[in-house]
This record gives sequence, C-alpha cells and structure tokens, in this order.
Amino acid sequence: MRTKILAVICTVALFAQAIMAQSIKGSDTALPLTQKAAEAYMKANKGAKITVTGGGSGVGITALLDGTTDIAMSSRKMKFDEKSKFQQGGKTVVEKVIAYDALAVIVNPANKVNQLTRQQLEDIYTGKVKNWKEVGGDDVAIVVYSRETSSGTYEFFKEQILKNKNYMSSVLSMPATGAIMQSVSQTKGAIGYVGLAYLNSSVKALKVSYDGKNFVAPSVENAQNKTYPIVRPLFFYFEKKSEAKVSPFITFMLSPEGQKIVKQEGYIPLQ
Amino acid sequence: MRNRAEKLVESLFTISGFVTSIVIVLVVVFLFSGGVHLFRSPSIEHGYVVAVNADNPIDRLSPAELKSIFDYEQTNWQQFGGADEEILVFRLNDITNYFSEEDLGENFEFVSERISQLISENQGIIAFIPQEYAGENFSGKEIDGGTISLSEVFGGKEWLPTATPAPLFGLLPLITGTLWVSFFAILIALPFGLSVSIFMSEVASERVRGILKPVIELLSGIPSVVYGFFGLVVVVPLVQQIFNLDVGETGLTGSLILAIMALPTIITVSEDAMRNCPRAMREASLSLGANRWQTTYKVVIPYSISGITSGVVLGIGRAMGETMAVLMVTGNSAVIPHTILQPLRTIPATIAAELGEVSSGSPHYQALFVLGIILFVITFAINMCVASISAKHKNS
Repeated sequence: MRTKILAVICTVALFAQAIMAQSIKGSDTALPLTQKAAEAYMKANKGAKITVTGGGSGVGITALLDGTTDIAMSSRKMKFDEKSKFQQGGKTVVEKVIAYDALAVIVNPANKVNQLTRQQLEDIYTGKVKNWKEVGGDDVAIVVYSRETSSGTYEFFKEQILKNKNYMSSVLSMPATGAIMQSVSQTKGAIGYVGLAYLNSSVKALKVSYDGKNFVAPSVENAQNKTYPIVRPLFFYFEKKSEAKVSPFITFMLSPEGQKIVKQEGYIPLQ
Repeated sequence: MRNRAEKLVESLFTISGFVTSIVIVLVVVFLFSGGVHLFRSPSIEHGYVVAVNADNPIDRLSPAELKSIFDYEQTNWQQFGGADEEILVFRLNDITNYFSEEDLGENFEFVSERISQLISENQGIIAFIPQEYAGENFSGKEIDGGTISLSEVFGGKEWLPTATPAPLFGLLPLITGTLWVSFFAILIALPFGLSVSIFMSEVASERVRGILKPVIELLSGIPSVVYGFFGLVVVVPLVQQIFNLDVGETGLTGSLILAIMALPTIITVSEDAMRNCPRAMREASLSLGANRWQTTYKVVIPYSISGITSGVVLGIGRAMGETMAVLMVTGNSAVIPHTILQPLRTIPATIAAELGEVSSGSPHYQALFVLGIILFVITFAINMCVASISAKHKNS
C-alpha cells in the first residue's frame, strides 16, 4: 500500500515537474528581457521553473526543431528554409510577438552631425559616402561599424535601411553590442547601430528620417507612437502541441505586468 | 594480487589511449563531414528561385553577377549579353508597390498569379521569390545559379554569407587575414621571447628567475577574452594615436595581442631547451677561453636550436587558432589586407562569430566547416613541423 502511494506521489511530482519546467533559448537581444520576465514569473508562481539561455536566434530555432527547447526567442522572422524544416518534421510552429526593439544609429559625441536620412545611411553603409563632410560634418573619414553577419540585428538593419542591398565588404563587424559602443565612443569618425536599451552618454544617437523632412530622435515614446522608423519585433516561437505547457508564461509576458518589465528593460511594449 | 592490479592499470591506460584517439578521429571526421557538401549545394538560397521574363535570353548567372544586379550596381541586361533593356529588380516585399491588397486576395491566394503576371509584363524584370510562388502556370523562366564552385570559394574575394539571392563565400580575405596577423604576431613575439628566454636561462640569477618564471607562466593563465578586452580598451586607442589612423581596430592590434599571448609558450619551451644544455658543454667552452656571451651564442643556442624552434612553432599555432582576442580587436572586415594597419578578419573569429546564428545544415554552416578544415590543415602542418624538428634533434 505504502509503496503504491509513494509511486503515485512520484508520478504526480514528475508530471508536475514536466508541466512546470520549461526552457527558453535563442536571441541575445531578447535574452535580458526574457530573463527578467522569467524571474518575475517564477516569483509569482511557486514551483514554476524556467531556464533562459542565449546563443543567438539561429541557435534557438535549431533547438526548437531538435526539441531541446520549448520556446525559441528570435530577433528576426523565421527564415523560409527553417520553416520548411518544421513542415518536413510534421511540426506546426506558432509565432508570437512579445515586444519591440528600436535600433538607434550612433556616432562619436565629438561628431557635428546630428541627423541623417535613410538614403544617407544607405550610402554610408554601402560605401558610396566615405567622408563626414559629404553629409554635413567635418572632413573625417567615416568608419562604419556593424554587427556580425548572422546576427538578427544585422539582417534587420540590412532589410530596413539598406533595402536589402549588401553592406560594403570593408565594414567592421563587431561580435557584440558592447564592443560597438566601446569602439564608437573612442573612434572619432565612427558610426554604428545598437538597441535602444544600450544607449548611454558615451555615444551620440542620431535623429533619423525616412522622408527627408521629419527627423525623429530614438526614444521609447517615439517608437511607441510610431514616429521613429527603425523598430523591429521580437518573437517567441513554440510548437503548437506544447501550447498548453508554454502559454501561461507567454500570457504573463503579454500581460500589463509583463509589458511593464519590457519597458523597464528599455524595450518597447506592444501597446 | 599485485600482478593483477598492475595488469588492470595497464589495460586502463590502453583503453584511455584508444578512446582518446578514437574521439580525435571522430572530431576530424565530423569536421570533414560538415563541410563536404558545400560544393554540391545550389548557390541560390534554398527554397527560393530567381526568375526572369520568358523572352530574356539569359539562362545562367553566377552568384557574383546576381549580387551586382540585386545591389543595383549593374542596371542593364547588355552587360550580361542580353538585350539592351533596363534591369528591374523585384523582391517579394516590393509586391505592394505593384498591386493593391484586393489584387492579392484576402489570404494572399493570388500572389502567385500576380507575380506571374508581373514577370510576363516586364521584359527586363528579375525576380527573387519563394519557390512556392513559381508553380505550374508560372510564366517566367528560372535562372540556373549552378552549384557553389571551388574556384568561387577559394579564389573569391568577397565573404558575404548572408547575401540574397546568392551568398558569396570567398575565403581569400579570411585566409590572408589569418596568415597576415599570425605572421606579424610571430615577428613581434620572436625577438622578445628569445631574449627573455636567453636572459632567464643564461644571465638571470636563481632569485630573479624564481620571480620571473611564475609571472610569465601567469600570462598563459589569463583567459583570452580578458586579453581581447584589454586590447579593445587599451591597445586599440593606442595604435590609433601612434599611427594617426582613422580606426584603431587593425591587424597590428591583433598581432600585438597575439604576440603577448604567444610569449609564454615561446619563453617556457625555449628556456627549458637551453637549460637542458649539458653543463659539460658549457664548461668546455668556458675553459677554452670563450666568455659567457660567446658560450651562449656558439654553444648553448646551437645545441638547443630544435627546442627553440618547436617553442616558436607552437607559439605560431597558438596565434593561428586564437579566437576571442582577435575577434574583439581586429575589426573583422572581410577585405584582403594590403597593410597591417588595416582592419582584417581571421578564420577562427569568423567561425566563432557566425556559427551561433546560422541555420544548421545550410551552405553558410557548411562554409564555416570548410573554414574549420582549412584551419585544421594549417595547424596540422605546423604540428608536423614540430614533430619532425624534435625527431631530428633525437637523431643528432
């Protein structure tokens, strides 16, 4: 009798564990945000266990495909060949936007230039404009910093600003946002792009305009009222069959409480 | 009893030896199997087609040609041997410029038809669209991008692994970048390393040695990220100021950091080699009237030359394979370097930075494995050199 009860308890405990424990993996951009949200969620729900790890958008999606994670974080939309792999595996993927992230274009604080149009940014990143005096600055060569080729941020910037043209090959690609901040703050002719959450006084954020008339400074307010143009969604991907398991956390993420964390971390809430 | 224990230990050693070898062989096999399919994959991104108007005489375009078209560098079909017609570039996202939402249908069920219509109406169009939209009644003609070729990879000068429609995997900038940085690193480390090791084995007193040796060995205990960060914050601005450059992230910065990192290896190995020079040989030299410098120069160094060489070669290997530090300080721009005062990109840095976000099994993923194979071949050759030098020493 006793063993039977013990066995039942064990099974229930295991089952509960399986329901409550979930892992989230993927984009480094969404990592700090998800981590904070998971902490708050675990505090509110005793017994829930969420492990959040980074590695990059591609890593997260591959892990979801292999079944080693429950939710994949991504700072880019799933690619066509990734989608078709899920299809081949007979898996349906659900996509949820959890927050937005604005990209700020930054220069050295000593730079005279305060604003640039999208076309000017495109010319700078494709190598047509090589000197700051061509866009209203001093006679200093432009040093162009970018993120690594396979980061979600890199591709988003390429789609939005460069209109899918390729970066010039002499662009300096840095492994992390922190490295871009460091380099831009110590190189006079530098230009780079970072997430809004990373901005500080060691660099100067530029006002950006798509139409050439209205220049808007990057800020949470401007991103939220849609006047600032360089904004991208952050995604959660999960399998349809594990929806019951992951939906409490995602609901929490989308709730006012979760969105408050989004704002605190320097990202842009959905509403 | 004792005999049995001995046998047990002996078999344990044998097993662990075999297991290690098998694991190493497996890693090599894994490396090669990851990269081997690169040259069989189509050069146009998987799941997409590039299509032109059915009347367009062009059938094939290389990845480089596709890139120049989609970057708006070439704007006329004449350049590719076609008619004198303006090139109209079309990507799926552009479709809303041509059709209203009603035209496309509520669930985008008419997209395929509309694209087909658009392609048949425009003589000069080139469209990059998902395969599913180029179905049965498709009016356009698919361009044959061919497969990724050996010459494009090993002779290509552009590394644009995420370019659409066709990525460019030119390895030349990465290979030259790696060799360039390592060469200068060794050029800087060699004189320093040798003079320090001569000082420590021949000149320094026992007490000075006792202090210096642990300090130098401490250098090799510092994680490479710390070197990288030190480089980014201290060496990069320094190089920029001294040489009055636009940008401080250069090959030279990487070489300096790598030189510091290779020093402990060079110093410890060559110092050990020099101290192994038998006392009898030194005393013989001294008793013939040679002074200490002559002894060092004519006796000790020639005697230990093979040890010194293997130290240097091991140092090169260390510099060649270093990832994190160079990733942070060389600027990683994929252009073939002409001077050392220019940003460049190395193979290990490329693998480390890109493997995390690449979708597994894709040509980009395989190209990174090919890079791994190249690095493996280079370091393998270096290790072979060490082995042959040591063997030579034993013979003499």
